[in-house]
Amino acid sequence: MSEQLLYAAEAGLNGLMAGVLYALVALGFVLIFKASGIFNYAQGVLALFAALTLVGFQNGQVPFAHLINAIFGTQIHEFGWHLPAVVAILLTGAVMVLLAILIERLILKHLVNQAPIILFMATIGLAYFLEGFGDIMWGADIKKLDVGLPQGISDTVESVTDRLFGYGFFIDRLDIVATVVAALLVLTLTLFSQFTKYGRALRAVADDHQAALSVGISLRFIWVMVWSIAGIVALVAGVMWGAKSGVQFSLSLIALKALPVLMLGGFTSIPGAIVGGLIIGMGEKLFEFFIGPMIGGATENWFAYVLALLFLVFRPQGLFGERIIERV
Amino acid sequence: MNVMTPEGYVAADGRRIGPVLMEMKNITLRFGGVKAITDISFEIREGEIRAIIGPNGAGKSSMLNVISGFYVPQEGEVWFRGAKRPPMKPYQVARQGIARTFQNIALFDGMSVLDNIMTGRLTLMRSGLLSQAIWWGGAEKEETAHREKVEKIIDFLEIQNIRKTPVGRLPYGLKKRVELARALAAEPKLLLLDEPMAGMNVEEKEDMCRFILDVNDEFGTTIALIEHDMGVVMDLSDRVVVMDYGKKIGDGTPDEVRSNPDVINAYLGVAHE
Ligand SMILES: Nc1ncnc2c1ncn2[C@@H]1O[C@H](COP(=O)(O)OP(=O)(O)O)[C@@H](O)[C@H]1O
Ligand SMILES: [Mg+2]
Repeated sequence: MSEQLLYAAEAGLNGLMAGVLYALVALGFVLIFKASGIFNYAQGVLALFAALTLVGFQNGQVPFAHLINAIFGTQIHEFGWHLPAVVAILLTGAVMVLLAILIERLILKHLVNQAPIILFMATIGLAYFLEGFGDIMWGADIKKLDVGLPQGISDTVESVTDRLFGYGFFIDRLDIVATVVAALLVLTLTLFSQFTKYGRALRAVADDHQAALSVGISLRFIWVMVWSIAGIVALVAGVMWGAKSGVQFSLSLIALKALPVLMLGGFTSIPGAIVGGLIIGMGEKLFEFFIGPMIGGATENWFAYVLALLFLVFRPQGLFGERIIERV
Repeated sequence: MNVMTPEGYVAADGRRIGPVLMEMKNITLRFGGVKAITDISFEIREGEIRAIIGPNGAGKSSMLNVISGFYVPQEGEVWFRGAKRPPMKPYQVARQGIARTFQNIALFDGMSVLDNIMTGRLTLMRSGLLSQAIWWGGAEKEETAHREKVEKIIDFLEIQNIRKTPVGRLPYGLKKRVELARALAAEPKLLLLDEPMAGMNVEEKEDMCRFILDVNDEFGTTIALIEHDMGVVMDLSDRVVVMDYGKKIGDGTPDEVRSNPDVINAYLGVAHE
């Protein structure tokens, strides 16, 4: 194989791994959109909030420490314990479920039967609220997230590819873990939706609200469930992203990368979210590799959006999206 | 009909009809300024096939929607099994053993016929989320039991050959039948059918008639149905409520209703569809 091709393959593979994270965020979007027709602008912030909370729990941070200190003139910051990663992850999962319940109680419940644009606006509000809330609760500094995931370049991949092609690929161990975890998550979700009572109810609600009601399904329960699942998917995305580049507020911006993924994959298709994420991840790396040098680089900033734009023009329902028919 | 007592009566074909299962008391339903239902009372008895008829826009579907919790009346009371029902959401009504079909068919188009009918059993499924995750075997056993019931309904309604077909691809008449199957899967105490035969050809109508009679006969299910076709109503039902412009203008056996001057008027005044 020529050297150029090998470099390209390495870049593409790295892009594929980055795409896994896009896919995870997009997956959260699709779940909520399918079940309730709500475009959840806050999905990226959910990932940020989950990551912040996880780090906070792990390091024994006192929530709202700044606020408490400012009001009472105290100087508390930490409880002085350090939780094992598993415990912190489980606790954060519980917080995401609690958050889903609160979102349903305080927001969605009051907006039933409102136009989609109203619900969309509500999620924008939610996004900004959660961002500020996360800030007050855990502080705005960049945090290191370490749940014991393997870091650094994988020696195995490097030596194997070196032996095969005479060129060792640099692949981040974390990326490999992220890919495996994402695959397991998708598998679990699929099994859940196909083979459990609640999965069946979820599919029913996604298909037809009236019919779902008539067979005894509580829409509110399903909404709490689906927001909980989206919250946990966000937690996984937040952990992976945070482990890679630290937990910082720019994390919520990955939501923006999920948009072109959705346009590619379609807003209602779970396989679409995954394949779309991988295509965008790989596409932007390859484009940067082949075309970037010719046009001055930094194509990763806009490649995804241009690709999405092309899709909007030629195939607005996305790769796997359902036909666009207005529901009446 | 011979004498009506609190315990019931003997129907024209000799079936024993039981005590009151559901009673609507002085129901009034408004949409803004429009009165869809005005002060209507009637009862449905156990084992009965009760029809609601009337011209288009008379408020029949609205009445069914009140019974099934989709609409909340401004006035009046709903009594079920001897107790006044508090305001309920449709899913709560469904869990009380009241199943329904819709005038405009509401199925899960993306799912197969089998999956659609399985959703009808959701209210009867026990296994919770955790137990399903932890003890897969138990959940599987339960699933199999539900599958068997559903297969019986599929046989009963003669839709074996389409059980794997996505519902969205079925012709209208079969969709109606699948919707009935899903309602039956819930093993309802009371079955509500909104124009189960609308838009069907003669043969399909005859089939549907037979199914409705068989359901009532074999499972003892109480049925309230809305129908346009007078002939069908007279054949099927034990007692008929007649509505016009949101008011009740007649209530009795098909024969009584047929000779009621108000009813004759209403039906002569409106083109028969
Ligand atoms: N959801 C609704 N919103 C507003 N008006 C309604 C609604 N449902 C029914 N109506 C009105 O109530 C009246 C009775 O309608 P409906 O119960 O569907 O009659 P039927 O089933 O006898 O043809 C009609 O005037 C109809 O326009
Ligand atoms: Mg109607």
